[in-house]
Amino acid sequence: MQLYARRRAVNYLALGIATGAAGFGLFWLVAILWTLLYNGLSAVNLDLVAKMTPPPGSAGGLLNAIFGSIVLTIGATIVGTPIGMMAGTYLAEYGKTNVLSRIIRFINDILLSAPSIVVGLFVYEIMVAPMGHFSAWAGVVALAIIALPVVVRTTEDMLNLVPNGLREAASALGAPMSKVIMLVSYRAARNGIITGILLAIARVSGETAPLLFTALNNQFWSTDMNAPMASLPVTIFQFALSPYEDWQQLAWGGALLITFTILILNIIARALAGLGSGGR
Amino acid sequence: MFFAIMVLVLLGGVIFALIVGAWPVLRDIGPAFVITEVWNPVTEKFGALAPIYGTLVTSVIAMLFGVPISFGIAMFITELCPRWLKRPLGIAIELLAGIPSIIYGIWGLFVLAPFLQRTIQPFLIDTLGNLPLIGNLFAGPPYGIGILTAGIILGVMVLPFITSITRDVFETVPPMLKESAYGLGATTWEVTWKVVLPYTRVGVIGGIMLGLGRALGETMAVTFVIGNAHRISSSILAPGTTISATIANEFTEAVGDLYTSSLICLGLILFVITFIILAFAKLMLLRLQNQAGR
Repeated sequence: MQLYARRRAVNYLALGIATGAAGFGLFWLVAILWTLLYNGLSAVNLDLVAKMTPPPGSAGGLLNAIFGSIVLTIGATIVGTPIGMMAGTYLAEYGKTNVLSRIIRFINDILLSAPSIVVGLFVYEIMVAPMGHFSAWAGVVALAIIALPVVVRTTEDMLNLVPNGLREAASALGAPMSKVIMLVSYRAARNGIITGILLAIARVSGETAPLLFTALNNQFWSTDMNAPMASLPVTIFQFALSPYEDWQQLAWGGALLITFTILILNIIARALAGLGSGGR
Repeated sequence: MFFAIMVLVLLGGVIFALIVGAWPVLRDIGPAFVITEVWNPVTEKFGALAPIYGTLVTSVIAMLFGVPISFGIAMFITELCPRWLKRPLGIAIELLAGIPSIIYGIWGLFVLAPFLQRTIQPFLIDTLGNLPLIGNLFAGPPYGIGILTAGIILGVMVLPFITSITRDVFETVPPMLKESAYGLGATTWEVTWKVVLPYTRVGVIGGIMLGLGRALGETMAVTFVIGNAHRISSSILAPGTTISATIANEFTEAVGDLYTSSLICLGLILFVITFIILAFAKLMLLRLQNQAGR
């Protein structure tokens, strides 16, 4: 009986700890979001999105950083998505299980969690150093490299979910492989692929490290892709570490903005994915 | 359709470019680079020991902190959680992964660091700091920022990754196995510890390694809270530096070929370490997959 009591006690203790751990995980999410709201909301006003980044000591907003972030993210998506989709399609439709695609899958998974700062160094070496100056293009390439593995992975996974019967039916009607993929597989997997792209955008728009020495930063309004360009994360980095109160305030505002954008993207992506699997 | 090969070329390109960039260091300093502590841009003396040490120690702290909690959360989700809570909880934990690392950084700097400085660190110094042997780990003034803080932030950041993998592999356990254990009268804890965990061991280790890979390479959050001091101190409360933080802080200001090249060489070291760990993790997970397929 004593053994039984001890086992029960151990069990309750362990379950209690597990529940505590789950609560603890949630606590961090809530704590971070709450701090962001608390510190960031006071910085959110019209100026935040309407004015340029100020010199220390005067009022201003984050307009050029927001614009830069949007440009860089869109650029990276345009460059990275088609390549990623092609590669994912190859893996799912043509390569399947041959040695090459196994290796690619393996490498892709590693790139998926490779340190982003290394990607920054790589782009610095191949683009910034030869060109002799920092540029928005380099930032776009760095972000595209980070988005690529995400898109490859989700495209492949989603195409694999398409039932083979559909493909066989299309082939039996005499459709060539390319038509089968374009008209049947892509359509069936559309929601999933869009989810992947959204996740990639979410991932990319919060990246800071690779931008530090590719797109650098810019205090002023710039649409020149050959010049350094501001972006939200880098601006937050610079402002948060500065000793000036009003810069820190702006950093909180920017942090709030970017976190909620990304969380919303994530939630939309998940809702879409849920929709896709629920319909089938 | 052979864009797929680009993925391969990319990896080759990354390694090649880093080696080219790091060449001056490899040539001039050689293996001594990894074992020297001095980091002095003015006299152009560079040694990578301090960043490497910082990277390893922060990652170890992150693992000590993150792994048991992830395990607890995974256990809660798979074994305890009422069905309606499963999905929201899973999503909430995954949202933690969605928060950009810079947010963790700014939060760590302005919220966590002062909190640790006021409460936990003085406590650690007063109690553990006086003990022999491990006392050195907790010596010195409470800075707030430092290796411990960076480790904790990293621990929180890897939580979602380890949790989601642990949860997934826990769910691959055939219900029959669990049911037979329950049938023999085992408690939930015993089922998890003695049936589920041994069955999924390989996968769990794979997940931990994946988290470790993340922790090693994490840049921004660490840069905020680590303190950027190029030295090795025995206390985990002292500021230090990591490979990625060093690169992020100094790269744009680096003048001179040797300085730049030293930083790139650090990047190369980081990439090689994470590559090995991630590859190992993938192999572990693949092995489990094959097992499940049988």
